[in-house]
Parts: sequence; structure tokens; C-alpha cells
Amino acid sequence: MIRIAAGPEDFDSAALVVALEALGGGAVATFTGLVRGEGGLTGLQLDHYPAMTEKVLGVIAASAMERWPLKGITIVHRTGLLAPGARIVFVGTVSAHRAAALEACHFLIDWLKTEAPFWKKEHFADGGQCWIEARAEDDAAKDKWV
Amino acid sequence: MELLYFAWVRESIGLDGERIDPPADVRTVADLIAWLARRGGGYAEAFADPARIRAAVDQAFVQGDAAIAGAKEIALFPPVTGG
Repeated sequence: MIRIAAGPEDFDSAALVVALEALGGGAVATFTGLVRGEGGLTGLQLDHYPAMTEKVLGVIAASAMERWPLKGITIVHRTGLLAPGARIVFVGTVSAHRAAALEACHFLIDWLKTEAPFWKKEHFADGGQCWIEARAEDDAAKDKWV
Repeated sequence: MELLYFAWVRESIGLDGERIDPPADVRTVADLIAWLARRGGGYAEAFADPARIRAAVDQAFVQGDAAIAGAKEIALFPPVTGG
């Protein structure tokens, strides 16, 4: 079962985990990404390409389903202006055994960082704003799965 | 065709998107970026370095050599930074 959502609403990490636990696997792996409140950061703005976002997340999830014997995948990605400490993204996988669940979860977060149409902008206490640049190490992290 | 801009491309140009009717010699995404850059101002700023621009044609990621003939929606944006 693939469950995908993108939008401004916050999500309940525990409820998402419980839903994955109910899918009959022996192993659930999850990743939650949060806004780091360092360097005077007051907010993180997440822009996206709404017509494409869920489609791309669906393609990434389907490719994980092909590579690992998974019983379920959940991907939730927030958009809009988020405060320090806020949840940004949740990735969860269910499989019979831990290796597939952990590897697929790692694959999904690496891929969505470099393939899903989201853009982050930092807002600072002094009024400064800065679009985050794509990082070569994120591409390298994705490429190790190719 | 409908153009969409995201992130700092949108901010430089000052528009979310616009309807355009490029001349016939604008055949590829790279041609389109060069044609838009020649408008000057925010367009020249946004497209000063085409290597920093990514594109999607009808909601599928493409390279600069992709043809634009018949496209309904073309999006131009920086490399993605989600997750």
C-alpha cells in the first residue's frame, strides 16, 4: 500500500507509524525530517510544483516497491512556511524483515531530496532570506542506489 | 503554451507563470531559456547561467535538448532541494 501526501498540514508521526505497523509486516522503518533552528533561522519556506509533486513521489515509491519486497510505503512532505523544530517530511516503509525496510527508507529519502520538485528557502531573524542550493553530496547519495 | 516559474526563478522574474508564444526557431528548452533571457531585466538575471536551470515539459523532467513543440505546460526552476 502506497500512501502519499504533500501539503501545508502537519502530520502525526506516531499515527503514521501505527498505520504502517498494521500492514502485517515484521519490520517498519521510518525517517522524519525536521527544520533545524540554527544560525538565527526563524523559518523554512517549502515551495513545490503542486501538479507534479504527488506524481513524482508516486514514481519514487513505485521504484522502491520494485526493488524491495515491501508491504507498504508512506511519504508525507509538507509545504509552506515552517518554524524551527517543525516536521518537514516523513518516510516510512514496511517489509517482512529489517534489511528491506531500512534500505528502502534510506533510498526513498535520498531520492526524494534530489528528484522531487520542492525548493527550500531560509528566513532569518535579521530579515535575511536565502534559497538553499542543491548539494553535490545529495546527488552522490542518490547515485549510490543506481 | 503556459510557462511556470518556481523558487528564485519566480522571484527574479516576478511572476508565477505566463502564457507565451515563442517564435518557430525556439525549438528546445535550451532555446526557450536563451530566448527568455534576451528579454533582459529579471529574465536575464534568472537565466544568466542556464546550467543552474532545470525544466519539466508537461510535468515530466527533461534535459535542455528536449523539444517544446506542442507542449502545453513548461516549468523552469532551480535544482530541487526538498527532503
